Amino acid sequence: MREAARPGGRRRPDRPRLLPAALALALGAGLVACGGAEGSTPTLTWYTNPDNGGQAALAEKCTEEADGRYRIEVSQLPADADSQREQLVRRLAANDSSIDIMSLDVVFVPEFAEAGFLRPFTDEEARPLVEDVLDGPLETTEWEGEVVAAPFWANTQLLWYRRSVAEEAGIDPAAEDVTWDDVIDAAVATGTTVEVTGARYEGYMVWITTLVASAGGEVLEDADAGRDAQPNLDSPAGRRAAEIIRRVAREAANPELSTAIEENARAGFQSDRGGFMVNWPYVYQAAQSAVDEGSLDQAVFDDIAWARVPRVDPDRESAPPLGGIDLGIGAFSDHPDLAVDAVACITDLESQVEYMLAEGNPGARAAVYDDPEVREAFPMADLIRDSIDTAVPRPRSSYYPDISAATVREFHPPRSVDPESTPADADRLIVDVLQDRELL
Amino acid sequence: MAATTTAGTAVADRRVGRARLSDRARGEQRLGWMLVAPAVAVMLLVTAYPLGRAVWLSLYSYRLTDPEGREFVGLRNYGVVLTDGLWWQTVFTTVVITVVTVAIELVIGFAFAMVMHRIVVGRGLVRTSILIPYGIITVVAAYAWQYAFALDSGFVNEWFGLDRSWFAGRWSALFVIIMAEVWKTTPFISLLLLAGLAQVPEDLQEAAKVDGATNWQRFTRVTVPNMKAAIMVALLFRTLDAYRIFDTIFIMTGGAEKTESVSFLTYRQTITRTALGLGSALSVLLFLSVVLIAFIYLKGFRTDLSRVRGE
Repeated sequence: MREAARPGGRRRPDRPRLLPAALALALGAGLVACGGAEGSTPTLTWYTNPDNGGQAALAEKCTEEADGRYRIEVSQLPADADSQREQLVRRLAANDSSIDIMSLDVVFVPEFAEAGFLRPFTDEEARPLVEDVLDGPLETTEWEGEVVAAPFWANTQLLWYRRSVAEEAGIDPAAEDVTWDDVIDAAVATGTTVEVTGARYEGYMVWITTLVASAGGEVLEDADAGRDAQPNLDSPAGRRAAEIIRRVAREAANPELSTAIEENARAGFQSDRGGFMVNWPYVYQAAQSAVDEGSLDQAVFDDIAWARVPRVDPDRESAPPLGGIDLGIGAFSDHPDLAVDAVACITDLESQVEYMLAEGNPGARAAVYDDPEVREAFPMADLIRDSIDTAVPRPRSSYYPDISAATVREFHPPRSVDPESTPADADRLIVDVLQDRELL
Repeated sequence: MAATTTAGTAVADRRVGRARLSDRARGEQRLGWMLVAPAVAVMLLVTAYPLGRAVWLSLYSYRLTDPEGREFVGLRNYGVVLTDGLWWQTVFTTVVITVVTVAIELVIGFAFAMVMHRIVVGRGLVRTSILIPYGIITVVAAYAWQYAFALDSGFVNEWFGLDRSWFAGRWSALFVIIMAEVWKTTPFISLLLLAGLAQVPEDLQEAAKVDGATNWQRFTRVTVPNMKAAIMVALLFRTLDAYRIFDTIFIMTGGAEKTESVSFLTYRQTITRTALGLGSALSVLLFLSVVLIAFIYLKGFRTDLSRVRGE
């Protein structure tokens, strides 16, 4: 560029003629370059949520395995799930054919499927995608009788506790019938905290729905009724969940609970006041790296233990939350058949093992947890697998983003939750918002 | 009374004039219409069509992601918005931001315009440095101010020995938002005022000086009345801009702590929630507020916009 500009600068009269010519040349070269690449091998674009390069590595691996039939290119979406959804919705609403494959948070599958943004898999295509997949993630793949998404990885929360604190309180959190009340009592008795996510965001909704489901209830009675769905928080289960939230917030929480997201909870749990925490499995590897960096004592790390999320009632099994990412194929993709192949490669057992080891995100297939390397890196592999297998998804509604935002709006801040009024208020707001009778 | 009479006569004159149009005048008029026709067509396409579509959509209860659930609801969406506490809360926030920023900017902007007008030495340098903030992209400016006021890493807390979480409270967050807006757009207002100052005839100023008017008297009696149109344009443009504030809030608080503006609320309903019906009703109401503001200014200042060019 600089070389070309210099002679032009010296011979002033030439400049006007030179510039358009150079521009045309540059543009032409660009076009040729693009055309060439597309002509030989079709390129599939995979819209991914940001990670530490695990998805890009899989894209490369599967491109190699495709042996020239297609090339997978990764395009990164924004950092938080809401912005990811927003960008995908915006593009798909405009029939964007550049979206061949997308990494989709499991809670958004119904909305995308209902809008016709996902290309359904045929029964034949779906079989290998859902084979051996654990029950929790399996529930997220289907909409109106068709498989519309392929489980890529699944997530759930565990109860993390400090062995020394549990001993001091004389409780065994790993025992089957441990309840939230037991955990809160133990924290109060030992002057420690129960760390949860109570900020006004999706993570708080995860906690609320887990409590409601563990109490034997459901946020929505008929999630598939779309905008006419009936919320059911003002029920014995919903009120029981509200009671526990209130108790945690008032008796055993970190003072920063109302702004706490996962990382705040982890920091609180690793601090001197840490006792108990409900959080995703990534916290284990994060604590491990903190030890490696020298910011966390090895003794604290060794003190960390895990169990299934506590029960609400002693005689009803708890319902761990379900998270994770499914892969969907864009309804407007130019190469849907190749995309099916690519999805099969990205979500096969080998890829899921690789991804779990690289990123710490648990696999969606049961066999992932039999892998020796996985078992070594995750001493709690069996617990994660069983929790995911029995996990309860958040309401599978095409209006889920509204339902979540409305619920959290009424339940926030956690300290002000009142079992007598909050669940009823949330029910009313959900209906009003779904019917376009209130702003959100 | 006098004003009404004059206006009445003017209208009467014009009516008579129209009746007596010569062939040539009529030809010129036709040519005029033909010359503006392309512009009018483009405006209809890019302004009237989206506007009309927004009005049309605002009559439906309609989600982009649930096309089958679309339902005609008449004016219900407007009723929902106008009776919703959230709407009035955002209107209040927006009005506070608008009034405070425009008031501060007018005063500082006038001072800057005076400096730019009067300065003799280093004129180019001073003018450029005053205008620099306006040349910076709003999002970049918002980030810069956000970092400056950040709890741990910001220098503002450090300078004043504070330990304040500026974006955790409504009024402190609005304070930072207003500061950033003022910093960014004062140059715009001072530029428009500078153009107005240049229109004030020097001989009037001198005549006032000879008559013994003080500086303040010359400012209020000669300068301001002679640039009324420029002041109005500056205020009008800035008010409309300030009322539609979006970027700064989006970057700094994301609408948390009740710092949401009307534009932000509209964006969230339309783009994030894809509630096209409610969102369109909101954008129509936003448009009407803007029209109302413009109308109030035009009536309040009783100025003909075409005079701004000094005709």
